[in-house]
Amino acid sequence: MDFTVSVLLGTFILSIAALFVFIWSLSNGLFGDGVAAATVIFAPNELGAVEDPAATEAQKGGLQRAAGPTGSTGGVVADHDALARDRADQSTSLVVGVCLTLAVVWLVLASLAGLISSIKLHEPDWWVQYAWLTFGRIRPIHLNLVAYGWCSLAGIGVAIWLIPRLLKTELIGAKYALVGGALWSIGVFAGTVAIAMGYSDGLEWLEYPWQIDILLVVGGALVGIPLWLTLLKRKVKHLYVSVWYIGAGLLWFPVMFLIANWPGLHFGVQQATMNWWFGHNVLGLWFTPIGLAAAYYFIPKVLGKPIHSYNLSLLGFWGLAFFYSQVGGHHLIGGPVPSWLITISIVQSMMMVIPVFAVAVNQHMTVLGNFRALAYSPTLRFIVLGAMMYTAASVQGSLEALRSVNTVTHFTHYTIAHAHLGLYGFFSMVMFGSIYFIMPRVMNWEWPYPKLISLHFWLVLIGFAIYFIWLSIGGWLQGLAMLDEKTPFMQSVALTLPYLQARSIGGGLMTLGHLVFAAHFFAMGWKFGPKRLGAALLGTALFTRLNAKGVAA
Amino acid sequence: MSAGKSFWEMDEMRIVSGAMIILGGATALLVVMPYLLLKEVPPPAGLKPYTDVQLVGRQTYIANGCVYCHSQQPRDIKQAPDFKRGWGRASVAGDYAYDTPHLLGTMRTGPDLLNIGARQPSKDWHLGHLYQPRAYTPGSIMPAYPYLFEIRQGAAKAGETVVNLPPPFAKPGEVVVARPETLALVEYLLSLDRTYPALAPRAPAMAQEK
Repeated sequence: MDFTVSVLLGTFILSIAALFVFIWSLSNGLFGDGVAAATVIFAPNELGAVEDPAATEAQKGGLQRAAGPTGSTGGVVADHDALARDRADQSTSLVVGVCLTLAVVWLVLASLAGLISSIKLHEPDWWVQYAWLTFGRIRPIHLNLVAYGWCSLAGIGVAIWLIPRLLKTELIGAKYALVGGALWSIGVFAGTVAIAMGYSDGLEWLEYPWQIDILLVVGGALVGIPLWLTLLKRKVKHLYVSVWYIGAGLLWFPVMFLIANWPGLHFGVQQATMNWWFGHNVLGLWFTPIGLAAAYYFIPKVLGKPIHSYNLSLLGFWGLAFFYSQVGGHHLIGGPVPSWLITISIVQSMMMVIPVFAVAVNQHMTVLGNFRALAYSPTLRFIVLGAMMYTAASVQGSLEALRSVNTVTHFTHYTIAHAHLGLYGFFSMVMFGSIYFIMPRVMNWEWPYPKLISLHFWLVLIGFAIYFIWLSIGGWLQGLAMLDEKTPFMQSVALTLPYLQARSIGGGLMTLGHLVFAAHFFAMGWKFGPKRLGAALLGTALFTRLNAKGVAA
Repeated sequence: MSAGKSFWEMDEMRIVSGAMIILGGATALLVVMPYLLLKEVPPPAGLKPYTDVQLVGRQTYIANGCVYCHSQQPRDIKQAPDFKRGWGRASVAGDYAYDTPHLLGTMRTGPDLLNIGARQPSKDWHLGHLYQPRAYTPGSIMPAYPYLFEIRQGAAKAGETVVNLPPPFAKPGEVVVARPETLALVEYLLSLDRTYPALAPRAPAMAQEK
């Protein structure tokens, strides 16, 4: 039998077998009690009570009405549980505050670099006299600042904040994460300077010189230590699905980054296969797990109701790990690489539909019937939108791996639009929502100007819609033009110009939204705005009770 | 805490071992197997190693991020009309025997460059095109690279390479001199020529992607 066909068949059978093993282990209770695990993020009697520290008093009332009655228990959390949660939140406040602040700084710089790159594509004689601003440098600066600056540090900050909440204990070993986050940020800064000066390793997603990569490997390993130390002291019986995602993600990243950057190991076409093994896994096994972990925590927590199906969420976890880790080769369809490798990647790209469906059903079913809550909860608005875009980006990604679709979209701006749907539409939106929830707990201070949250939301939503829709259309037309041998190549360039200009407008609005977000973030940091402590704590009723005892101030 | 539970009953252990086994499997499949297979691929007889100057030029190519707009991997005629555009035959793994880091690229904002040296062998064209792409290709959106050149009033010194620009772009009294790394870059671009016949696939595993 043909080698490629047997690999195809083998991969398929192996995947199906893995699924059956999983279903068997579920039916035999190997994953524990689903209902108990799903409610582990709530305090006793808390089910039914909404929580969103980013919401104003008025919004909070609306949110509770939208989420439905609190039930017989009244959603009242016992004082000792509330205090334990308060201590858990306080135990992370320094390290999370530092990580998120750095992330916001990187976000602003990354947005500016991205906007400059975008404009340069349709204004090729603009700012050409400076080497560090040339498209071929400012574009990778943008990508690396987004990936390793904004997304990674926001993800690390959110993950560390979630750990004590998920394990119902205080964070242990915060100092490791603090040192890790600092090393990581020094690495991002040094890497940016290196690319600007022309010292690049030359591989997409792996541009930083290997000497700088050491900082990210060590930093990434260090930020994982508090998770393992805190796990040893956990006060919960079940590990919530978010812990699975965070734990795996914190393990995966340093290992992958180490293998990918090992100097002198990779060569020629083998390096290309490794490049896309990494380039895709960094999305699927680093950003996606952290983003999903946050969505799996905040959606049920804000609404005060457990996720639809805990078992389904674990199916999603193992499915993501198994299938996503093998899809990288679809970036090289039509390239000079072994065809069995491409075939495996296409098959597993299609299999990704399973974990994506598991996550989609779970997250969307949890929100179903509570859509009015989005009007009242700033956190939920960003995160539910992000979760929807996760489904969209994943389905689109699977389709793009199909040979017929890939032949059109490969080498075009369509891929760029898709990448932004994943890392921006999904991941960054979830991070925005998470930060809105977390920062009031970190700072013990409310968001000073709630209207700015709405402004941020609409600027980035409209900006991103323009970005994504126009660039996708332009990219698709570009691909069709390149495939038509009678169309001169230059026509495939000329026809994209209006779409590239539209992308700059969309990107400009997104950047503006980020400036609003950053200004609001720092206004909170300096404790601007009216003193409205209350919502920022665990809940109004609770705050009143705690305040009466003099512990909240 | 899960005291009294066996190893496999602890969720932590399932996460750590499961995550690592799966990543290990994927790495074996997508990194180690290609490593073992491609290590054995000999360079084709028609492919020469890069000279020192060409390698300096390749570094200039990397430093200025040419790879973000130019691929170096013509596709098979059955998939795309790359050959008919003059970009060359579908490339094979051996064509990249001396290419580390690889520069296969993922974008074609500009054309594929694996055979640019065969398609456009003029050094003057490349120098002028790098200085101002729109002097040669109207409608091009490639950036101009003035920082790769020295622009002076008066004459060039002995041994310097002057860029001969077409009339509307050449300014009177001004001389544009190529910097050493720019000359090296052009040497590298001219070396990009994989028009020799591809090696016949040695094993089915190495068959050209169809």
